[in-house]
Amino acid sequence: MILESFLLYALLGGLGLAFVAGPLGCFVVWRRMAYFGDSLAHSALLGVALGFLLSIDVTFGIAGTCVVFALAIVGLQQQRRIATDTLLGILSHTALSIGLVALSLMGSLRVDLFGYLFGDILSVTPQDLTVIYGGGALALIVLAVIWRDLLAVTVHEELARAEGVAVFRARLVFTLLLAVVVAISMKVMGILLITSMLIIPAATARRFARTPESMALLAAAAGVLAVVLGLTASLRWDTPSGPSVVVAAFSLFLLSLGLAALRERVHIHRAPHT
Amino acid sequence: MTNESRPLVAATGVCKNFGPREVLHDVDIQVWPGEIVALIGPNGSGKSTLARILLGILAPTAGTVTRRPGLRVGYVPQQLPIDDVLPLAVSRLLTLTARASRDRMTQVLAEVGAPNLLDEAAINLSGGELQRVLIARALLRDPGLLVLDEPTANVDFNGQIELFDLIGRIRTNRGCGVLTISHDLHLVMAATDRVVCLNHHICCEGVPGTVSKHPAYLQIFGPHAAPAFGVYTHEHDHEHTLGGAVAAGRGGHDHGHSHQHPHADAGPGTAGSGDRAGKTARK
Repeated sequence: MILESFLLYALLGGLGLAFVAGPLGCFVVWRRMAYFGDSLAHSALLGVALGFLLSIDVTFGIAGTCVVFALAIVGLQQQRRIATDTLLGILSHTALSIGLVALSLMGSLRVDLFGYLFGDILSVTPQDLTVIYGGGALALIVLAVIWRDLLAVTVHEELARAEGVAVFRARLVFTLLLAVVVAISMKVMGILLITSMLIIPAATARRFARTPESMALLAAAAGVLAVVLGLTASLRWDTPSGPSVVVAAFSLFLLSLGLAALRERVHIHRAPHT
Repeated sequence: MTNESRPLVAATGVCKNFGPREVLHDVDIQVWPGEIVALIGPNGSGKSTLARILLGILAPTAGTVTRRPGLRVGYVPQQLPIDDVLPLAVSRLLTLTARASRDRMTQVLAEVGAPNLLDEAAINLSGGELQRVLIARALLRDPGLLVLDEPTANVDFNGQIELFDLIGRIRTNRGCGVLTISHDLHLVMAATDRVVCLNHHICCEGVPGTVSKHPAYLQIFGPHAAPAFGVYTHEHDHEHTLGGAVAAGRGGHDHGHSHQHPHADAGPGTAGSGDRAGKTARK
């Protein structure tokens, strides 16, 4: 079988996303920011609308909106009146709804809403790949730079602050990185499924990791595997690609739970002899 | 003033408001090298807030905090809620913000009486073990001042006594200043030089025995708390903390370390720990 170019692009796009989402997703899991990721993704639809309104590249519209949204959340978190999850609930659904309203008002324009919500991995172009790999490489480099500080902040924020870590900077940079990742994964996974690529591979990696770094690498590997399996299944059974990747990721997660349970039983059985 | 004639950390006239609520009012406190200061007070009295201000985590609303130039602070937080989802070995926990060789980590774990934990997963530690590892973390920084927030909160009675011994030993061996924070009035360690009693402002301070009879102390904690101190007196015969001297120590304690630090002849308004111990009421 000859690999058609659109399939190659889809595969490359998915893999690029998996490399970035794995390590970043670990921090999303460790810092319990799943809902934050989701909210950020929801705000991306507003970015799509803005992109069309201002006739700029949609990816830039999304990135810009996500960055503003992320900064607004970080700023509002400094006040303690409204709990963060309430704040996220208010802002994310408002942003999603304003995006939908704005898109429908631009009546003449035909927007592939389904594609934005669930991703359209098979329409990835070489230009998209440039954005995914360029933005992804940048995000990974920045993550590597702040890795140590961010881990310290994640374990104990006050302890980190007392020991001279620039806590606010680490949190801010990480939030911006998430905004970038949401923007570049929009095309591949879609607004409603972006968080899954952050969370599921990281959760899958946990059972096999002994250090934070190995968990990050394993998460990237789990993401890669999910993309390959999901796209293969999508091709074979003609299912939508984004959801297929998520189903594959979930299957791997279940498998990891099973393997971990099996390993534990083996340990218990061996224990008396060692 | 030379460095040696200054306290490690000093708060002067510190106030802290959270919104309209004033948590700390006009607080003065100092910690000198080689002394163990116990900051006690009921829940919500502002102890942790004061500790955070001294550590530089929070800024005071009014007043000043001065630290000795170049002072390194070791902070042992009350809790370290490690999530199972984060794989973290003790060695990694020890080096979160500062690198250290394995030898050095092994050495400092031995110092706190927790050897062989280096490769253990942090979530598998007991409350007492975690506390020791956190103290080891702080010691890796070679601190001039060690701040421990409720160090015995998650530890059983025997573990508490062992921890007190450990803190006393660290002070003696390293000569650092120690500030412990506690709401547990029934167990102020025998090695404590000075108790500072806080309830939004400083009510009284002095050696353990004196403070527990002070009217301000009785007013806050109630008369039933009067015999609280001295429940734990040192029954070991460690040479460095001869318990009797401390438990009875109405100003007469004599730790070998305290004279290595010439703060006794400090500038006006400061005095050696022996003199301070005699000072009880401030308000």
